[in-house]
Amino acid sequence: MARANAKAPPEGGVGGERERLRVAGLTKVYPTGKRALDGVDFVIATSGVTAVIGSSGAGKSTFIRCINRLVEPTSGRILLDGVDLVGLDRAGLRAARRRIGMIFQEFNLVERLTVMENVLAGRLGHVGLIDTLRRRFAPADVDAAFELLARVGLDGFHDRRADALSGGQRQRVGIARALIQRPDLLLVDEPTASLDPRTARQIMRLVRELATERATPAIVNLHDVALAREFADRIVAFSAGRIVFDDAPAALDAATLDRIYGGEDWSASAAADDDAPPAAPAVRGRVLGDDAGVAG
Amino acid sequence: MSGALTVPRRWRRSSLFGGPWQRRTLLVVFAAYCVWSVRDLPIDYTRVWRGFGRAADMLARMWPPDFGRWQILGKGMLESVQMAIAASVAGALLCVPLALCAARNLVPAPIYLTARALIVVGRTFHEVIVAILFVKLFGFGAVAGMLTLAFSSAVFLAKMIAEDIENVRPGPVEAIRATGARFGQVVVFAIVPQVVVRALGVFIYRIDANLRHSTVIGIVGAGGIGQTLAASFTRYDYDFSAAILLCIAALVALGEWFSDWVRRRLR
Ligand SMILES: Nc1ncnc2c1ncn2[C@@H]1O[C@H](COP(=O)(O)OP(=O)(O)OP(=O)(O)O)[C@@H](O)[C@H]1O
Ligand SMILES: [Mg+2]
Repeated sequence: MARANAKAPPEGGVGGERERLRVAGLTKVYPTGKRALDGVDFVIATSGVTAVIGSSGAGKSTFIRCINRLVEPTSGRILLDGVDLVGLDRAGLRAARRRIGMIFQEFNLVERLTVMENVLAGRLGHVGLIDTLRRRFAPADVDAAFELLARVGLDGFHDRRADALSGGQRQRVGIARALIQRPDLLLVDEPTASLDPRTARQIMRLVRELATERATPAIVNLHDVALAREFADRIVAFSAGRIVFDDAPAALDAATLDRIYGGEDWSASAAADDDAPPAAPAVRGRVLGDDAGVAG
Repeated sequence: MSGALTVPRRWRRSSLFGGPWQRRTLLVVFAAYCVWSVRDLPIDYTRVWRGFGRAADMLARMWPPDFGRWQILGKGMLESVQMAIAASVAGALLCVPLALCAARNLVPAPIYLTARALIVVGRTFHEVIVAILFVKLFGFGAVAGMLTLAFSSAVFLAKMIAEDIENVRPGPVEAIRATGARFGQVVVFAIVPQVVVRALGVFIYRIDANLRHSTVIGIVGAGGIGQTLAASFTRYDYDFSAAILLCIAALVALGEWFSDWVRRRLR
């Protein structure tokens, strides 16, 4: 926790860089009474990939969805370049959302629309209603869409219908849709959980490359610790709605994982993988499983 | 443990009406009701019998159908078709805002409840009752008929489409919302693509239904071929009635075929 505070100085930024997003005291209590987030403090700079890990139900999705207010926070502040998103009215919120790209586990493409329409949907914040109906987008946006499609490896797919694509291809369209917003922040909620291990790595590599190329900071929820280690500059771990770890991937050792995922859970999965003692080789188990998937 | 496995366990799907006793009681009550309702109705069998006799007489006078007054016939048919088409288009336009307001996942609760109440009230009254009311308000003729069908089409279409809207996948809607799109844009980009094919199917079905309804509501004075038919019956022009009935049958069959054809292509 001390380290987390060291990474979140009150002014200036993170590691010498300017600060892009500051979350302070973020709490979400669902109508069911479930306290999904409990006073989360979090800061990211204007670049870098931050992975968010934690066991199921820890509050990762709630956290990411509170940032662009798809889920309305109960209390706390969310400052994007110093502007508090929590207090914004509808127009202000729309303006803020234009600057935040989002990528989803289930891709969330509009299946009956073409790939091009799905990508251009990322520009809707800049288009009027009549032009939306007529599918008229600025030539520069159409250009950008073609470029992005080529960049994510879908050259020539623009007139395909989204429901004619494979999972990996759909996620590439999802990435293009988020990036055509020219976002100042990328929110990515388990981008690979619906994909096979090989495609998962390709997608994570793409997210990382694009975030770096475009100097866009990204917050990526990941179930897979191995992926998080490989592709993130920083790992934040949630447990029961609180941040319990916040540091470089190298600092994530077995004891910490044990703390994040809970003793029994962790040793149980390790026992299934091999007969080694619970904590330490468990990490290896996951990594190996993944490598096998890549090789296959 | 192993002992339990040697005895095969039984499983039956649980019945819709609970246990066997409840089911038997229900059957007995139902049978008793049937007997009572038939015995209690004042059925005058001689009158029924004479009705059959008259039917034979009427059928004889219907033959051959008289297409001599084809001008009146044609005018009535044309009016019915126009009424049905104009009403379908007007209904389709009116149903859009109503359908959006009646979708729980799109609007705040007060708007939703108001729209739903409107739909429930609108669907309570059959086209013929609405037509009687509108004939009183707007006088005899096709205008009353057109308004009747437009009103009930709007309500019907709104109900069907609102249900589809409530069943759209929420993910894409959320994704479009997350790009900073306005409400209208979310509707155009995320809702419409998910419901448009079914909505078109329902619309085509409604044109077909309006064709059929347009022939009926004329009987209460709302214009179209139905009005011509009612007039011919009151004048005992049964051969002309027969001609009208044949034309209505042909029209309805044509409408049904058309609606099937279009909906097959939409898929
Ligand atoms: N709409 C909701 N209403 C009520 N409770 C919710 C809702 N969404 C999430 N929760 C609860 O809040 C807690 C955090 O959920 P969240 O989806 O943020 O977890 P997560 O870390 O993303 O989990 P996973 O890894 O399974 O995606 C869970 O206990 C969940 O049951
Ligand atoms: Mg989640």
